Amino acid sequence: MTAFDFHDMIVALPEVKLAAMSLALLLLAVVSKKENYRLVAWLAVAVLAVTGALVACGTHGTAFGDMFVSDAFSTYMKLVVVTGSAASLIMATRYLEHEKASRIEYPVLILFATLGMMLMISANSLISLYMGLELQSLPLYVLAAIRRDSVRSTEAGLKYFVLGALSSGLFLYGASLVYGFTGSVDFTQMAGILQGHASTLPGIVTGMVLVLAALAFKISAVPFHMWAPDVYEGAPTPVTAFFAIAPKVAAIALLTRVLTGPFWGMMQEWQQVIVVISMASMLLGGVAAVAQTNIKRLLAYSSIGHMGYALVGLAAASAAGVQAVIVYMTIYAVMSAGAFAVVLMMKKDGRMVEDISDLAGLGKAQPLLAFAMSVLMFSMAGIPPLAGFFGKLFVFQAAVAEGLYTLALVGVLTSVVAAFYYIRIVKVMYFDEPKKAGFDATEDRGLKFVLALSTFAVMFFIVMPAPVLASAHAAALALIP
Amino acid sequence: MMLSNIGMTHFLCLSAVLFTLGVFGIFLNRRNVIIILMSIELMLLAVQINFVTFSARLHDLTGQVFAMFVLTVAAAEAAIGLAILVCFFRNKDSIAVEDISTLKG
Repeated sequence: MTAFDFHDMIVALPEVKLAAMSLALLLLAVVSKKENYRLVAWLAVAVLAVTGALVACGTHGTAFGDMFVSDAFSTYMKLVVVTGSAASLIMATRYLEHEKASRIEYPVLILFATLGMMLMISANSLISLYMGLELQSLPLYVLAAIRRDSVRSTEAGLKYFVLGALSSGLFLYGASLVYGFTGSVDFTQMAGILQGHASTLPGIVTGMVLVLAALAFKISAVPFHMWAPDVYEGAPTPVTAFFAIAPKVAAIALLTRVLTGPFWGMMQEWQQVIVVISMASMLLGGVAAVAQTNIKRLLAYSSIGHMGYALVGLAAASAAGVQAVIVYMTIYAVMSAGAFAVVLMMKKDGRMVEDISDLAGLGKAQPLLAFAMSVLMFSMAGIPPLAGFFGKLFVFQAAVAEGLYTLALVGVLTSVVAAFYYIRIVKVMYFDEPKKAGFDATEDRGLKFVLALSTFAVMFFIVMPAPVLASAHAAALALIP
Repeated sequence: MMLSNIGMTHFLCLSAVLFTLGVFGIFLNRRNVIIILMSIELMLLAVQINFVTFSARLHDLTGQVFAMFVLTVAAAEAAIGLAILVCFFRNKDSIAVEDISTLKG
């Protein structure tokens, strides 16, 4: 192995470019005399567009002594993550200017977090996994606390930091045990070692469960969900939107890679864990959201529930299951982007509002906005023919095909319960008497663009599902041949 | 030598005890957020003892490399944690754990 291999740079080109361009952007933001937030934000979107293009036509293979892997799975997930990050940046720009929170650090931090997520998705050893995970987490802690003058924002940042650091600690302890008992940190070698009877050693099982717990924390699955509602509510709304879209997709991708790669030989052991946290997440997501009055808190519980459904596909531990997870996460990202675009438009008399009751009368005042929100809510509830229905259908199909009947049954029942609070939002919009007139008309074209795009994608997924399904199929086959 | 009586088990037990102390320090502490930050450091250092022990036992340098990475990241993490804590203190004039309760959870 030579010290510097040109091939490594080619395989990791999107990451290398993104890192270089983020640093250049940071430099530009610091040295320019006037704080030109809008320029930096749009340049950041352009950087993400370039990165997305590089990912789409990138080379597959491994790099840096097998620590980094690029395959169909990583390409697909990275495209979702990069698109999600770009969408959340577009949604944030005008809002932050209006709220006088437009700091130039914001787009740069988003870029660094995106870089961390891409490294997570491509990680092929415990070391690169850890570095990617931290590169993603550290900017997220800062982003949650980006409103330095707000008690709620800094408190959200502090809570997220403490619990995030705890989960990093758990991950590291688990990783050290796995390293100690297998003698390797490389995913490919670990997979070979864990294929045999070694996989039942208590040390390895403990290590695997600790790693799993840490990753469950990152996707806010029950019982590691307690940070999500507080952080979602306290962080500024564009940051919440970003949290709900990109890091979740990246963390699920990472979990999928770790379980189907190095820990594939321990399928018996991890399947039980995934089944339990999936059931618990679906139950809590369905039940706890019913009592919420704040829409950001409601969406936090809703996302906990969605993670539960995505894990149903993972619990199936088959190529079809992984494909279902990938499709579910794509649809989830699109729906979340749309739902948060609506939340960002909830402004009355120049002030942002966050209560569900503030939506009352929207059906009459702004029929188009109310229609878009209804489509998104029905889709989240899983009502055909919208995209959310197919996401759920595929994960349940995969679970039933592997004989996980109880899990699929719990999933169907909880999605009925969850439908109650999604449809309640629709009811509030169309049938409740408003206390005040509707929202201020938004001038923000970026926000309208994201909302329109996600609503169309959700409505017309049924017409053209083939591109998504085919690429998800290819991506799943890269992990489970 | 005296050291010959000390084996891998002792090191692993030490690190397990330190790690558990760190975890309990986060959950049982009701006074001060600084103590939580110290507990986090304790957890990460316990993990490093684990890595170095396994590395020595396996005659494999990877564990020590991993420990160096953890050391570096822990420094960055502590810096960010303290920065957020300072911002929180400016808003709330307190770093007591029971005062972190504006958002009910």
